[in-house]
Amino acid sequence: MKALSFAVLLFIFWILLSGHFTPLLLCLGVASVALTVFIATRMKVIDHESYPIHISLKLPAFFVYIMREIVKANIDVIKRILKSGGKTISPQLVEIPVPQKTDLGRVMYANSITLTPGTVSVELDEDKVMVHALTKEGADDLLSGDMAKAIPDEVANK
Amino acid sequence: MTIDILSWVFLVSGGLLGVIGGIGIHRFPDFYSRLHAAGTTDTLCAIFILLGLGLQAGLSLEAFKLFLIFVFLFFTSPTASHALANAAMHGGLKPKLDESNSEAKL
Repeated sequence: MKALSFAVLLFIFWILLSGHFTPLLLCLGVASVALTVFIATRMKVIDHESYPIHISLKLPAFFVYIMREIVKANIDVIKRILKSGGKTISPQLVEIPVPQKTDLGRVMYANSITLTPGTVSVELDEDKVMVHALTKEGADDLLSGDMAKAIPDEVANK
Repeated sequence: MTIDILSWVFLVSGGLLGVIGGIGIHRFPDFYSRLHAAGTTDTLCAIFILLGLGLQAGLSLEAFKLFLIFVFLFFTSPTASHALANAAMHGGLKPKLDESNSEAKL
């Protein structure tokens, strides 16, 4: 079942990338998709983690959230870059608890932290992540745990 | 016409953000804080430029490919930043911290 939906998605992807609709090329596309799916199933790599279709419905909301965070953080960092004179930054090294239980959820959280300018995840452990923050406010924002809550539950706890 | 104007607004502000990111890389004091300045070029700058190009392309296969570039950037650029910061930390490069209120000890 997963292999079938994987094949359909791959073929849509192939069409969008190639833009060719002649019969011969379409057949070649089907053949290459079939070969890819065959190899992937034999390698047993189409599993819960590598093909996380169960979270795809929750992703748009998370995407909107992370885009808003990115824009906000960008404006803040740009202001601090352009402000002249005096101290504009207060770099921090803080440990943030990671509530996610799955690897995918942890990676998603750490990547979201890095994606928003002003905070970079330096080291990711089982239950905490070391974060270098450009400002005290940025570090406090993360410590409040709002971003951790935004990661969809389906990813975080399976 | 309006689409053209909008697309140029996005392209120019994207370029501007790239320049600001470059300025930040020079102005910030150490490796880790410079990483944050580079982060603005990674995200909003790239998003604006791709949006501007996407408006030029209209609803076509090219727009879809630009969207794919955006998706790949979305996944790879934080991974690259994290790898850099992680390597620097393991290499023993100490970040310049604001001592007055730092919480973690190295």
